[in-house]
Amino acid sequence: MTADLIAVVLLLAVTAYACAGGTDYGAGFWDLTAGGTERGRRPRWLIDHAMAPVWEVNNVWLVFVLVVMWTGFPTLFQTVFTAMWLPLALAAMGMVLRGAGFAFRKPSRRLAGRRLYGAVFAVASVVTPFFLGAAVGGVASGRVAPGTAASADTWSNPTSVMFGLIAIATTAFLGAVFLTGDARRFDAPDLVGHFRRRALGSLGALTVLAVVTGFVTHEDSPYIWHGLTHGLGLLFVVVAGVAALATAWLLLRTPGTWLRLTAVAVVASAVVAWGMAQRPYLLPTSLTVADAAGASSTLTWLVIVTLVALVLVMPAVVLLYWLDTHGELEELTDAELRSGSGTDGEGAAPGG
Amino acid sequence: MPTSFHLLADAPAQLLPARELMAFTLASHIILVPLGVALPFITLVMHHRGLRRQDATALLLARRWSAVMAVQFAVGIVTGTVLSFEFGLLWPGLMGRWGDVFGVGFGVEAWAFFLEAVLIAIYLYGWRRLKPRTHFLLGLPLPFAALLGAFGILAANSWMNTPQGFSLDSEGNPVDVNVWKAIFTPMFGPQYWHFVVGMILTAGFVVAGVYATGWLRGRRDRYHRLGFAVPFTIAAVAAPVQFVLGDSIARSVFHEQPVKFAALEIVWDTDTRVPEYLFGRLHPDGTVSGGIKIPLLDSVLAGFSPDTKVVGLTSVPPDQRPNATQATIAHWAFDLMVVIGSVLVLLALWYGLVWLRHRRLPASRWFYRAAACAGVASVVAVECGWVATEVGRQPWIVYQNMKVAEAVTSTRSTSLWIMLGVVMGVYVFLFGSFLVILLKMRTRWRLADAQQAAGEPAQAPEADTPYGPRASVPAGDAPADGGTARSGDGRP
Repeated sequence: MTADLIAVVLLLAVTAYACAGGTDYGAGFWDLTAGGTERGRRPRWLIDHAMAPVWEVNNVWLVFVLVVMWTGFPTLFQTVFTAMWLPLALAAMGMVLRGAGFAFRKPSRRLAGRRLYGAVFAVASVVTPFFLGAAVGGVASGRVAPGTAASADTWSNPTSVMFGLIAIATTAFLGAVFLTGDARRFDAPDLVGHFRRRALGSLGALTVLAVVTGFVTHEDSPYIWHGLTHGLGLLFVVVAGVAALATAWLLLRTPGTWLRLTAVAVVASAVVAWGMAQRPYLLPTSLTVADAAGASSTLTWLVIVTLVALVLVMPAVVLLYWLDTHGELEELTDAELRSGSGTDGEGAAPGG
Repeated sequence: MPTSFHLLADAPAQLLPARELMAFTLASHIILVPLGVALPFITLVMHHRGLRRQDATALLLARRWSAVMAVQFAVGIVTGTVLSFEFGLLWPGLMGRWGDVFGVGFGVEAWAFFLEAVLIAIYLYGWRRLKPRTHFLLGLPLPFAALLGAFGILAANSWMNTPQGFSLDSEGNPVDVNVWKAIFTPMFGPQYWHFVVGMILTAGFVVAGVYATGWLRGRRDRYHRLGFAVPFTIAAVAAPVQFVLGDSIARSVFHEQPVKFAALEIVWDTDTRVPEYLFGRLHPDGTVSGGIKIPLLDSVLAGFSPDTKVVGLTSVPPDQRPNATQATIAHWAFDLMVVIGSVLVLLALWYGLVWLRHRRLPASRWFYRAAACAGVASVVAVECGWVATEVGRQPWIVYQNMKVAEAVTSTRSTSLWIMLGVVMGVYVFLFGSFLVILLKMRTRWRLADAQQAAGEPAQAPEADTPYGPRASVPAGDAPADGGTARSGDGRP
């Protein structure tokens, strides 16, 4: 019972990471494809400013996913990290590089430096979700069981490749949708159209990939296929489809606040559909939630910790997103770091 | 020597690269930890002073420190995420068997980290547009979130040192988990306070060290004096406290992990009237060469009497204790930490005495030379403390319950060596860039201060962003967003 609750917490955390982290990766995708220095200048400027206050918070969801995995389902953690060693090691490297690239691009001045850091950030943003998606695909296809040794097949099979590509398309889609809204917020009408076209394009690509994945899982991952076409799994697939249609409709009109909601609904429903399709397995068809569950007293405490944290963290996260979307958060300019400018004249004048 | 060869031959091939990789990434991450935990606190103290006394210089310093915090926190997030991956990539055996016993601490840490990331984002990006008071108050929980995060990590680490809160079934798997006991292990309290005060002390000395260097180079304006005095005062208060806490944790190790204590003090045979060695080297046959031998002192320090019995390394079989080399490493790390800590206490006393007698900062160049070195020295002490506790626990990953060799991944050693190489390359790039960017920020600020002193107008903000025009701050956002019309009263 508690184990099921923790499994739900894990799934929700994965969903949150897919949505929040996905948006970040997507920003990297559009950074990569923004074109040369001159042409990509405006989109990259927007990406820098829109991402800066929230990317670290988005990243923490992943840490939480890992913690819930190893505390709640130690066997699952051990199995996945043993069988998926290479893709996860590469994903970890990708995360280091993109975080560093993004963090360093802003304060560096020279064009060469910005190009280097920007390229590192952008390439790593595209590669990382692929490996994460491939690892999830390997799990979904039932190739991982307790004791499975690391091999190329666990993560380079048809399902893994499709999940990896879907992950990239999803991030691109979320990134474009959120940047459309950010462009409006930052008063850059030209970029609204720029990212709206890209959001539509990536939604199209995502749809095609989803259909192909349907055929692939039918052959390659029968358990998931069955789950996605029956019961709760099917329900969430339908919800994702409806949300996708609504997003497309909103994208064709003047995009407003609802756009972000429907886009998040697409991704969240898709992730939840995958989770529902796997029921009752964490690793189809070898490890169930009940089998993988850790000590029951630990699970109870994990629930308590999660609840307390929700009470503490949720208001903070909401405050952050609220402040961010209301334009209350803005980085310091160099001018402000130079002196006590504005209210007083002398500032840090030596000897003052 | 034959023993250690025997042990090495037993160990799986991937153990060495896995260990090196963990050690390298953790040692790198640790450099950032003191600033991550305590820089927000120091910045808030400065911020408070700025608001309270309408002190523009203090506010400028707080703003600049928060700009450093932004970059430092980003690098810390990145290197910290790597560590959580490494639990799975390198030590799946540890997490697979013990994850549900000691993992709850990490759960607390994850949420604390979350809170910290949120609060830091608000603090960093709130300077311009939030009201001064609101902004400061929103920053105020930051040090507490940092303390909470440290709680989680230290709970996990102290559990590895003194595991409890479970019993083993016939197959050796943990059952009957008692989470409360698993968090509050005997070593938790001593480790936690030693860590927290160590972080505050280190961050204080590091920040003050920067301005001490400036003082030595002739920059002695109020900006530098204030930038030195506030963090140095904090560190100077923490240093004697840390001295007491350090002494107390050593005694806790003596009681709770006697074999580790034996390694830290290179005690070979269990005995009373044990001498203390300052440095020196332990040989596999139990002899000690080099170092300064002080008769009876080890027994006196451990139990306040020369008759205190100190457990030696030979009290357990060779495969359950650190080998001679490991013991020597732990011993050197321990002694170096103690020496640095003692010197820092003397430095703090110097500062305190000058303040009491003259109500001013010390004027001696030697004081500032020492203060400039204190930052680096305290980071070295932090690394030493970590080496002492981790190497001193060998060969166990969970003290007396699981050996490091049992926890290691089955991945081929070649892959791990390659990953180690890649990670080293990436980290050199990462920390190199971090340093370059900090130095560039410093140069820019110094240039700006010089310009302002010369009465030249500061450059227009537009010149700062080569990435296109700065966002014209919208007077009111789109109606859908609720709209805010507070663009005018933005604070500097």
